[in-house]
Amino acid sequence: MSASKTHPVTNVLVVGVGGQGVIMVSKVLALLCQRQGHEVKQSEVHGMAKRGGAVFSHIRFGKKVHSPTIPTGEADILIALEWAESMRWINQLNPETGTFISDTHKIVPPFACRNRSRNQKAVYSKETPKDVLGKVAQGYALDAVGVAAELGNERAANTILLGVMSTVLDFSVDDWLDVIAKFVPPKSIEINKKAFLYGREWVKEATIPEMNGEVEIEKAAELTNELEIIPAWCKGCDICVRMCPEHCLELDAEQKVVNARPDNCTGCRICEWLCPDFAIKLHKVPVNEKQPDAAMVEA
Amino acid sequence: MSDAAVAEKPESKKRSNIRPLMGNEAIARGVWEAGAKVCAAYPGTPSTEILENIARYPEQDIEVEWASNEKTALDIAMGASFAGVRAFAAMKHVGVNVASDTLMSQSYIGVNGALVMAVADDPGIHSSQNEQDTRMFAKFAGVPILEPVDAQQALDYTRLAFDISEQFDTLVIVRTTTRLSHTRSAVVTGERKEKKPKDFNDEISKNVMIPSHARLRHSHVIAREKAIGDYFDENNMAEWAKGSGKIGIITAGPASTYVHEVIPEASILTLPSSFPLTKGTIKKFMDEVDKVLVVEELEPVIEDQLKIMGYDVAGKEFFSREGEFSPETVRQGLEKSGFLKPRTGKKPIAASPIPRPPVLCAGCPHISSYMALNGINARVAGDIGCYTLAAIEPLKAIDTTVAMGSSIGNAVGMARAGTETRPIVATIGDSTFIHSGIPPLIDAVYSKANITILLLDNHITAMTGGQDHAATGISIRGKHVERINFAELIASLGVKWIREIDSYDMGKLYQTVREATLYKGVSVVISNRPCVLDPTRIRGESLKIKTENCTACQSCMNLGCPALVWDDEMYDGQHKVRIDPVACIGCSMCIQVCPTDSIRPMADFAAKGN
Repeated sequence: MSASKTHPVTNVLVVGVGGQGVIMVSKVLALLCQRQGHEVKQSEVHGMAKRGGAVFSHIRFGKKVHSPTIPTGEADILIALEWAESMRWINQLNPETGTFISDTHKIVPPFACRNRSRNQKAVYSKETPKDVLGKVAQGYALDAVGVAAELGNERAANTILLGVMSTVLDFSVDDWLDVIAKFVPPKSIEINKKAFLYGREWVKEATIPEMNGEVEIEKAAELTNELEIIPAWCKGCDICVRMCPEHCLELDAEQKVVNARPDNCTGCRICEWLCPDFAIKLHKVPVNEKQPDAAMVEA
Repeated sequence: MSDAAVAEKPESKKRSNIRPLMGNEAIARGVWEAGAKVCAAYPGTPSTEILENIARYPEQDIEVEWASNEKTALDIAMGASFAGVRAFAAMKHVGVNVASDTLMSQSYIGVNGALVMAVADDPGIHSSQNEQDTRMFAKFAGVPILEPVDAQQALDYTRLAFDISEQFDTLVIVRTTTRLSHTRSAVVTGERKEKKPKDFNDEISKNVMIPSHARLRHSHVIAREKAIGDYFDENNMAEWAKGSGKIGIITAGPASTYVHEVIPEASILTLPSSFPLTKGTIKKFMDEVDKVLVVEELEPVIEDQLKIMGYDVAGKEFFSREGEFSPETVRQGLEKSGFLKPRTGKKPIAASPIPRPPVLCAGCPHISSYMALNGINARVAGDIGCYTLAAIEPLKAIDTTVAMGSSIGNAVGMARAGTETRPIVATIGDSTFIHSGIPPLIDAVYSKANITILLLDNHITAMTGGQDHAATGISIRGKHVERINFAELIASLGVKWIREIDSYDMGKLYQTVREATLYKGVSVVISNRPCVLDPTRIRGESLKIKTENCTACQSCMNLGCPALVWDDEMYDGQHKVRIDPVACIGCSMCIQVCPTDSIRPMADFAAKGN
């Protein structure tokens, strides 16, 4: 793929999570294109994105580039440093000719671990490499972070992906290595060179990897939590109110503890264990039964 | 002089003078090349890098410093203009609101040394509280606004703005947007042209705005509008790309790039400015095309003016007043208006992405401050900064966020309304407090409001990427300067109850916040810990969870720390928790909230052979 042949402008979208090196990858490519005499526009958004959020960078190069951003569905290459981020941006890829390159590395965001109901899974993209690679014109997925760790430095994962990308762009290996050396610390130039060449070689016999980390969780019985509070024993010391992770408990006007937000209770038992006066009991009740005293079911 | 300014494009276009610059870097370069002497700004995304880049030029060329807020930045620049040198201020769009008191009268006074202001708008609200359009402000104040399309023009227009400022006795705004500010492209640079300082202009009828003087100066403001429009015409500043057909598009700023991308066959007139308009060129353009659309991001500033002038144009019926433009939105508008035929092609590939909003960093000291406020069930008036992220899951600890410095005033009002039964707390960061937190604190003391102020002192302007301010004791060029002591400053305003607490000491912080809210009157708690990212990245030994002791209570997960993730192992239907050793900085907050004492430094596990 080259800016001079079929495409007047080549569009590369680099995506990942804040801190992964999206901007570094795009700067390498931008400098390389500029050295080859292309007009280059590289566009990103700073600020909020940096705090662990989704980060993206558009690189467009060719004879004349107008828009700094890539029109939807016209990215020639999507290069993702994290799997769920590749899923976020895959709609930007040209469905007929685009090349998809993604690390299968997973970064689960704190938001994915929010549901406090029983037996929940962390929220993550459900597509596997197998699902996706069949849909794109050309696609590569590999555990670059894992390979880089084996080579001796996880940080070289991005360079492996650059190596993969280099096989679909018309720039020489020497030019690539020359530019990469400008962006990595002097002591890791060697390992990045190895990583880059690994990526190029890997393409020749690219396989579809299994997604790692897909473990079936061990399911517990479906129960609801009922908190029995004995007002006569409660002296309003406030310990349970302060320690409840979900802020369910409050003191009422008589300074007795009440469960003000029972729906938020996860049944963690911290209040029960910490109450110095044994005034709180947690009952785990099968979903269909309503009477707390009828069912002292322990999970 | 005007002609010279236009002709004065960088002399040689040698390859060595071409370098890739972000829009903001190009503006900074333009300021330096124009011979500016004094520059000030308050950081705000997406404008922050402008002043940071000016500070990279030699100290003997240019005076640069962070100001307390945008108004003081503009006042400082204006003072330098009074004194006869070229001056510059930079801010984000909402910063103009703060500076507007100066701006509206500055417009009447005009300049002695040139005065230029760069304003960065944020269409799409990438990192702001609204998406107001600064072009409306320029029209409101009666000052010209130049709208570069790309980084090259950002440099050229910034240089030119200084010349226009002196020639027409006016402040000039250079308007950028998030997209232009943060897009890097090749720019031909020039050299700095030193300007000889002018003498102080002693005309008080121009410099002192009392009613009799102001009435006279208002005529000047109105007269210069036409003069500057004519200047744009005479210098052919509008870029007219003649198309093949008879359809025409009038546009300005970065929106022009999308138009060129999507409909290159049209006649495209890119205006240098939405105010004042280049009326002569527009007339010629209208004569040559049949149908005209106006494509402008945000408000219909150009469109409205063209309609008042009697032209039959359309714009906002096809293009949204909301959000950032893109090649797609421009294409959709052109399709709706009939300028383009709908595109056919394969549908984009669909997938199921997950939400990944920005979060507070692992070890962020703001986390414990908001945990404490959740603990006392406070009604919290928030402010602008990283800590605004505490408004969303899982902390959900902020009830209101309005504008810079609003927290304290809002809290005073809530207290005086007398309806709130929960303790009222205003939370404000160190930089925001200096920006505009001090006057409302004076109000709080003056009106004896029963509120608590939690000053989140992380020793830096964190949200914008780590800029120093008066209370860090370090200048923009990294020199040590006098440092403001918050406790002394606040005491001097008449606050009697002040405590300073280490943010990481969660028990003490909780207890102190509780005591503070029980105090009748204004109480201030300074929650003190440096930001983990800036000015230096703080890293300690990673922590580890003893999985067999974890009861999956989720106490630590409720910190919202990105280093904590669910383990695959379950306990009674809930996930146990695991710490990502790469992300963890060892701050100890999770240790402090763990009821089963299952979290320890990594080294403890090694020592016990676990």
